[in-house]
Amino acid sequence: MFVLRRVLWLGPVLLSVSFITFVLMHLVPGGPWDSDKTLPPAVIENLNRRYGLDQPYWQQYLSFLARALQGDLGLSFIRQNQTVSEILLQGLPVTASLAVLALVLALVTGLTLGVVAAFRQNTWVDYLCVAFATLGASTPSFVLGILLVLTLALGLKVVPTSGWGQPQHLVLPALTLTALPAAYIARITRSSMLDVIHQDYVRTARAKGLAEQVVILRHVLRNALIPVLTVAGPIGAHLAAGSFVIETLFAVPGVGRLFVQSVLARDYGLIMGATLFYTVIISLANLAVDILYAVVDPRIRY
Amino acid sequence: MLPLSRGTGTVALELPGARGRLRRGLWSDALRRLLANRLAVFGLAVIALMSFIAVFAGLLAPHDPTFQDYGAVFEAPGQNHPLGTDNLGRDTFSRLLFGARTSLTVGIFAQVILVSIGLPLGAVAGFFGGKVDNSLMRFVDIIYAFPDLLLIILLRSIFGGSIFMIFVAIGLVEWTGLARLTRGQVLNLKGQDYVLAARAMGARWHEMLARHLVPNGISPIIVAMVFGIPRAIFAEAALSYIGIGVQPPTPSGGTMGPEGYQAILAFPHLILSPALAIGVTTLAFTFLGDGLRDALDPRGYR
Repeated sequence: MFVLRRVLWLGPVLLSVSFITFVLMHLVPGGPWDSDKTLPPAVIENLNRRYGLDQPYWQQYLSFLARALQGDLGLSFIRQNQTVSEILLQGLPVTASLAVLALVLALVTGLTLGVVAAFRQNTWVDYLCVAFATLGASTPSFVLGILLVLTLALGLKVVPTSGWGQPQHLVLPALTLTALPAAYIARITRSSMLDVIHQDYVRTARAKGLAEQVVILRHVLRNALIPVLTVAGPIGAHLAAGSFVIETLFAVPGVGRLFVQSVLARDYGLIMGATLFYTVIISLANLAVDILYAVVDPRIRY
Repeated sequence: MLPLSRGTGTVALELPGARGRLRRGLWSDALRRLLANRLAVFGLAVIALMSFIAVFAGLLAPHDPTFQDYGAVFEAPGQNHPLGTDNLGRDTFSRLLFGARTSLTVGIFAQVILVSIGLPLGAVAGFFGGKVDNSLMRFVDIIYAFPDLLLIILLRSIFGGSIFMIFVAIGLVEWTGLARLTRGQVLNLKGQDYVLAARAMGARWHEMLARHLVPNGISPIIVAMVFGIPRAIFAEAALSYIGIGVQPPTPSGGTMGPEGYQAILAFPHLILSPALAIGVTTLAFTFLGDGLRDALDPRGYR
């Protein structure tokens, strides 16, 4: 019931998002045909007719909606003869592979650091983990990216500074992308673990003679991971949307760059398509987290 | 609610009369705890220094930050230019000082705008509940579903180049988190027994607001604001880095990044200095935010 309601709610959300984007996009001064050399009026007229810009706004919006409902996001205004769907599908695997890699890395390092720090509370191990988490959470991604380029790429020369296509190109952007979520997950895991470790039911579990592993796995971790799940969803969604800064810094041809380029070039078709596409992904990621909640924590009922 | 229910950490419940009959209020108590936290004091000191620099940048800077001296391009750090000069012969140190002004202004004013939208909306939703709550929160959901940097970029392109509009754009997009937080706080407090008791005893609404709702509900909001400042600074730096934030001659951490990146190999200090400046600023706000959270919530422990 809950899942169904959430999926149905996606409809109005997408409608509103597309409407707001449409209005804002046309409020932005300038148009897709602005370039260094001015085009002859006849050419602009033809272009407008081809892309439907000669129609009134409401008609443009409605025909966009009608096409989008059939899964057709239309043509890109700037990249000739490419559809928006093609462009998005080219960028998607790039961003997705980075996002998955970064999410896995962030979960592994974040959880490890958080759990270790909690079990060694107020020792140097704990302080080291907390220091990492604080530094990671307060370093802007482009600052970290630059530092990594300076050390790993230019200093040690173990990885290339930028580019895409080979496995070693993944290293710098993935590391840069991982730091912030890893730090965040480490902080949440640590405080949530500390919270759970001191609960009565953990003491009970130990008192009745359960093996330490069983206590930790079944009683501590399972309960401590719920808050982590809360942040994992938004983090995943955030990573999936691609990072403009990191993709620009490392010349990665992902969708994050597409967003920026589409707005800067007033590529109306791509702006609408990319926004809707990502609204769907972000909403589905959040929905997945809500469902996972109920799986992990039987107390939660929708 | 039992403040002593958990075993570890600082227990801030002090028995009245234990050390003279000092009358301590909520805020003086919190301030005392804050000042006992070395990291938070360090953060405060850095922020104070940054604010001083931001205000008096004009007096402290040895050179005009936008003056281009083509006779002194890429000069090494020395007597005349403490941090050298950039590719246009501008004094890096002076640009850094003015960059601090940009970052802090954006960070703080974006928060002001964000809070003035999010706080009343969240409070109204939580207070009135029902239909008002439902429609307001659906609106929040829609804004939240947007890829946020895309929305900021769109708004930014509509509003044009002035620096004031950067924090308007950031504030207009990022208020949803605070609205949710405020709503949650109000909902939670509304159900507390002592609020009910106060109402039963005939307390007027402004008394309840001043005596119960604000003191009990405001701490997480203050903490969220402090953590929000570095996030806005990140956002501004990222926008400037892409080229749609602060407009070029104006120095900011973000604009200095790509300017320095062109010469990263030969003159790494050009990119390291703004990167570190932003890193230290955000670190300071993180320390202060952590300290405030611990200080304002006596039940919390690290």
